[in-house]
Amino acid sequence: MRIELTVNGARHEADDVWEGESLLYALRERLGLPGSKNACEQGECGSCTVYLDGVPVCSCLVAAGQAQGREVTTVEGLADDDGLDPVQRAFVECGAVQCGFCTPGFLVSTHDLLARNPSPSDPEIREALAGNLCRCTGYEKILDAVRMAAQS
Amino acid sequence: MDFLAPSTWAEALAAKAERPDALPVAGGTDVMVEMNFDHRRPGALLDLTRVSDLREWALVDGRVRLGAGVTYARIIDELGATLPGLAMAARTVGSPQIRNRGTVGGNLGAASPAGDSHPALLAADAVVEISSAARGTRLVPVADFYTGVKRNALEPDELIAAILIAPPAGPQQFCKIGTRNAMVIAVSAFGFALHTDRRSVGTGIGSAAPTPRRATDAAAFLAGELEAGGLWESRGALPEGLAVEFGRKVRDAAAPIDDVRGTAAYRLHTLSVMARRAATWAWDEHRRAA
Repeated sequence: MRIELTVNGARHEADDVWEGESLLYALRERLGLPGSKNACEQGECGSCTVYLDGVPVCSCLVAAGQAQGREVTTVEGLADDDGLDPVQRAFVECGAVQCGFCTPGFLVSTHDLLARNPSPSDPEIREALAGNLCRCTGYEKILDAVRMAAQS
Repeated sequence: MDFLAPSTWAEALAAKAERPDALPVAGGTDVMVEMNFDHRRPGALLDLTRVSDLREWALVDGRVRLGAGVTYARIIDELGATLPGLAMAARTVGSPQIRNRGTVGGNLGAASPAGDSHPALLAADAVVEISSAARGTRLVPVADFYTGVKRNALEPDELIAAILIAPPAGPQQFCKIGTRNAMVIAVSAFGFALHTDRRSVGTGIGSAAPTPRRATDAAAFLAGELEAGGLWESRGALPEGLAVEFGRKVRDAAAPIDDVRGTAAYRLHTLSVMARRAATWAWDEHRRAA
């Protein structure tokens, strides 16, 4: 089937989408947006987190057809012409990136947290990032980065 | 495979009648896992996320009519005070991303014995509103809805429209055991409600039997002891040992198995502890409210 959706502000179309396919697969393999990562495919790891109509979701658990006509923002859409988003800059400055695989998901989840709550407490940060796993276990520096982004 | 995307409830029911092999999908937190891992290949996916009626809730005849597609995140934000037991269960679901998508309708459709909402729905005497194009609407008490492991009372042409839950007259509790505080499939879970208006007790056991189930004898025992002691009126302290005995009786109502998440013995032990704590917390809240 064909799907049409808005990704990072631009209209996209994809043909020959399989009816059982995930939004994550469509983004990566059909729309050339490999920022969202494919790891667990069961909503455990958060590496595929994107905004769907402004709400963070695991794109591996959204059927591509469910995104028809919707607005999606991926990690590729966080930066703009002026450069990286403050959340991305904070992750770079704090060294909150080890292998980098989980990073896109952490960036989107952090971006959403700070949009809703500009000065989160540590427990609020932990709760907001509970759906994102870092297998390098670099959580201390990730927390540092979220705190820094909140202050910037 | 086909992808059916009705935009109205009437279209959704017509689609399910025409295609009984279609698998309904809302938040996708169960269905898409099965798709991604090649565990299930239905003839069609029936996307219910475009049916706006399913995303609404309202007070109808003194009960909350919770559309099957209302997400856990919205239950927490919008119904935390109105449906405290279900909101407590909703807060334990998965992660923020999962709570943004998952729905009580989906939990009922999947009918996993480990589904987080089931103990709260059982304790609160919830009723499932089911519809079909051919036969209209029928109401099924949630205790009759679960028919087996991941099986429910839906006919092939039926969809879950809503869940009817009365706002509680007394305190409610929800407890869940897992290895961490997020992304946990319950090892065991327990829902509790003090129905102070009719002097009865509601219970719900999760993840410790082939289906979610009540602890009927335990509930009758506790309500009877509260009656015998005149405690419903006096709101006096629970007699020593009463909550412990209630916990034992809840444990006796379970029929768990050993699996990767925990042993049957551990599940039984945790149920007795959770039931004792839930009853104590709820009774203490009831006393404080006097």
